[in-house]
This record gives sequence, structure tokens and C-alpha cells, in this order.
Amino acid sequence: MNWLEIVQAGFQASLQDEGRKGYAQHGLARGGAMDIRARRWANKLLDNPADAATVELLLGGFRAICHGRVQLAITGADAPVTINRKPVAMWQTVTLQDGDELAIGHARNHRFICIAIAGGFDGPSLFGSRSVVIREAFGETSPLAPGNRLKALAQTPELPWRQAPEQARDYLTKPPTLRIIPGYQYRSFTRQDIVRLTTQEYQVSELSDRMGYRLEGRAMTATPPGIISEGLCPGAVQIPGDGQPIVLMTDCQTIGGYPKPGVVSRLDLAALAQQLPGGKVRFELADLATVQNERRLFELYFRNSRWAGNGRTLEWI
Amino acid sequence: MKLEHISEDALLITLASAIDDALPGQISRMIAVLRSASPAWLTDLIPSYTTLLIVYDPVQASFRDVEAFLRKQLVDAGAGLNPSRPDSNRLIELPVYYSPESGPDLEALAGYAGLDTESVIRMHSSREYRVHALGFAPGFAFMGQVDQAIACPRKASPRKQVPAGSVGIADRQTAVYPGESPGGWQLIGRCPTRLFDAVNLSLLQVGDRVSFHSISRDEFLALGGIL
Repeated sequence: MNWLEIVQAGFQASLQDEGRKGYAQHGLARGGAMDIRARRWANKLLDNPADAATVELLLGGFRAICHGRVQLAITGADAPVTINRKPVAMWQTVTLQDGDELAIGHARNHRFICIAIAGGFDGPSLFGSRSVVIREAFGETSPLAPGNRLKALAQTPELPWRQAPEQARDYLTKPPTLRIIPGYQYRSFTRQDIVRLTTQEYQVSELSDRMGYRLEGRAMTATPPGIISEGLCPGAVQIPGDGQPIVLMTDCQTIGGYPKPGVVSRLDLAALAQQLPGGKVRFELADLATVQNERRLFELYFRNSRWAGNGRTLEWI
Repeated sequence: MKLEHISEDALLITLASAIDDALPGQISRMIAVLRSASPAWLTDLIPSYTTLLIVYDPVQASFRDVEAFLRKQLVDAGAGLNPSRPDSNRLIELPVYYSPESGPDLEALAGYAGLDTESVIRMHSSREYRVHALGFAPGFAFMGQVDQAIACPRKASPRKQVPAGSVGIADRQTAVYPGESPGGWQLIGRCPTRLFDAVNLSLLQVGDRVSFHSISRDEFLALGGIL
């Protein structure tokens, strides 16, 4: 059996997959990876199923020793990665031999680093998922710690070298524009406040975590009163009384009573998730059909494609 | 009834604009209809007071597919909306040890209400409640509505740690904290019944009827309660 033994875990490193499905009505957060773009690519590089568990590092600071032989793909926030102190590139497959030391330094400009292993990481499964919702602290699901052994769920044949195409990282190259599908209490907001929401540049606050990212800008001035609590989804933009938006993330509460002008697209949410405090973001309004079609195309692209012989491009099947 | 797409993978059904004790029963019947139809794209149902959020897999169904299905199931068939349908919701009885020892706000709440503690206990335990929503923490059920006479706003400054099983009042709602957590509700007693665990999940579901009955300190301890 082959595994990685964690020497240094970093802060809030955790196993993540697509999150829990069907448990929100019990009050359980859905959870799941913060950056689904990085996660899809890491799994695709290794031909893993889309729901294979990956490791999500917050800002890096991770070291592990390889036992046996494993193949990994490391994506997401740019950080120095070395094997036995020799630099290796991210967004491609890497092979570790018995005794090799993997070290991931600190992320430079973004927040989350994703590690996939060929076959998908094994780990405790709870509520139909291997995702760890750190704030709920259920039993054996907890952040990763030194001494933990990270094993693959399945043995897989040796894969050839592969590298994600350049455009896979486009979402990390510029300040993101977050597209909002208008909905929930959109009509209760004044025209002036919607203009303010969609024309200014916001800064990501330090008060940002896996539940939600607070943004700072010129405050909306006529925010509607609280509403009867209703079901929430990741991406929902809450406007509390101070007029500064909170964008809900994957570990958000299941219901809430703040007014909301709409919900951010799931792919744009991955770009927001990667922003550090002080990062700049903008909102714009979008229509449901466009956003949903783009998401479907994104998911189908990974599902219905295979690697070309050069290991650098995907071909539709 | 209003259907509104609110994201690329969710649709919100709104049944009314105000809280009403009849709504949880209606919403739970809608959930039963959708669960029995169980379309492959359905991922989550989140009921709350006046709404039902339906979350789906947008790869398996487009927003048009989902809307057409829901209109057929819920609107045309009238499922969940027919008030003459028998109400099959469960009644769950929860024992509560009401005392200043187990409910540190009991005396202050009685003072606020201008009642003695016995009256507060009697009023809280003499009516049947409905679970309107679950949220805040796993298994935390918002129940309504308490007698106006014992309604009381949340504490100005929430407690950092509320013990598991604590029974609280916030405005006209009442709830039992399933686990230890921070919280701002006015605590009047403690319930020894386990409300959430990882295997059985939440004991209470939206639409359930709940009643509380007063038990002694000894009974509370015998039922596994911890002070």
C-alpha cells in the first residue's frame, strides 16, 4: 500500500469532495471544496472520478513523506512546491517514489491549494461525503494533522505525464467579476443600491472564512429589513444592516434571514474563494440561462473528455 | 404559491408572506411528494417557515426541466396544498426539567413577563408546537409559537456556551439546543432527549408536532440528563 505521511499539515488543511447531498434539511452544512475549478483539474489530470476526495490547503505550509509510489496533481493558489528540495511545477502530474519528501510552501497571491492523488484520497466518510466541515467538529472528521496517513482509495495504473492547459488558471490571473443571478429579495432593493452593488470595486475583508466572505466598499444605503428565514445556497449575497455584502461559501448555514439581491455563479465563487484579504472583486448581473449553461458545459467538459497523446490538451469524446 | 429560480442549481417555492402554524404541515407534504417521486436530479430540500428551497444537479436537469416537473407535481396535482388531506405528522413529546438550575433565564423571563415561574412552565408545556424550520446547528428546530404572554426577545449579549439540551425562548419561538453551542435564547429548562446524532440525524423535522412536559430533577437525571 502506498501513502503520504503528513509531517506538517499547515492551518486548516482538510479532505474535501463535492460536499454532502440530501442532509441540509437536518441543519447540516453542505460543505465541499472551496475552489471547484482547481479541484476538477487536479482530479482530471489523474483520470479520477469528479467526486474523488482531494486535500485542500489553506495558504500552504505542508510537508509529507511518500511511502511506496504515488502520483499527485497539485493545483490552485500558486505556491513553491518541491520534491526532495527540487522545484516542481503545479497543474501537472507528479510522481513520488518511496522516501521522497513533498514540501508545499506558502501561497503567494491566493488562498487554497488542491492536492489530488491517483485513485482519490481515502478518509472517513460521514453524511455521504468525505468533506470535513471544520466548524461542526464531528467525531473523526477533522483538519489534517502531522502523523496522518493519506492513502489512495484505489490502486490505479501508472499514468503518463500531463499538464493542464494554460487557460485552466485564467480565473487566477485577474481580479474576478462575480456574476449574480438576481433573485430572492432583488426587487426589495432600491435601484440606487443595485447600481452601487454592481458598479463599484469591493475589497475582500479579513473577516472571511469557509462560511462566508465579507466585502468592503461604499455601503448600500437603503437595505431592506430582515426577512423570514429561508433556505440558503453557497453564493447567496447577504446584505446585513451595515450595507456591506457577505457572500456565502460552501460551509454556510442552511437558512438565514438577511435580505439577498441574488446568488453568485458557482464558477465565479471559486475565483472569489481564492482571494486574500484586500483582494478586489466586482459584481455584475447575469441571467440564469447563461450561467447555468456555462456550468453545465464546464462539468460536461470534464466528464466527456480524455487526454490527448501529448498530455497537454483534452479532447471531447 | 410562487416558484422562483434563485441560482444555477436552486429554486425557491414561497407559500405565504407571513408565518402560520398551518404552513409546516403543507411544506412537509410537498416534501413527501417530491421524495416519493425522487427525481435523479434532486439533491436537497430545505424547508423554512414559508418557503421550500429545492436544490438540483444542473447537469442532469435544466432549470426548465425542473420547473416543468415541479409545476406538474405540486401545482397541477395540488399535492401538499389540499387542506382536506389528512395531516399525518408525528407528535413528539419532549420531557423538560424546568428550573433555575437547568434554565438560568427562567426567573428573569418570569419577571419580564410579570408571571411566576410556575405559570411560565405551565404555559410553555401546555400547548402543541410545530417545527417551522431547521438550521443554525444540526438538529436545531425552530418551533412556534409560544403564548404571547411568555414571548421574550433574545438576550442582548449571547452566551458563549449554551449546554446541550437547553430549552430556550426567542420572541414567540422555542427550541432545544441539540449540542453545546453559543446562543442568545432565553433558557428556561433542559431536555434529556438526544435530538441529533450522526446515525439517526435530526429527531425533529419540519412539520412535526411537538409538546413539552415537565419532569423532576430525578427524572431528568434518570433519563440521562446532565447538569
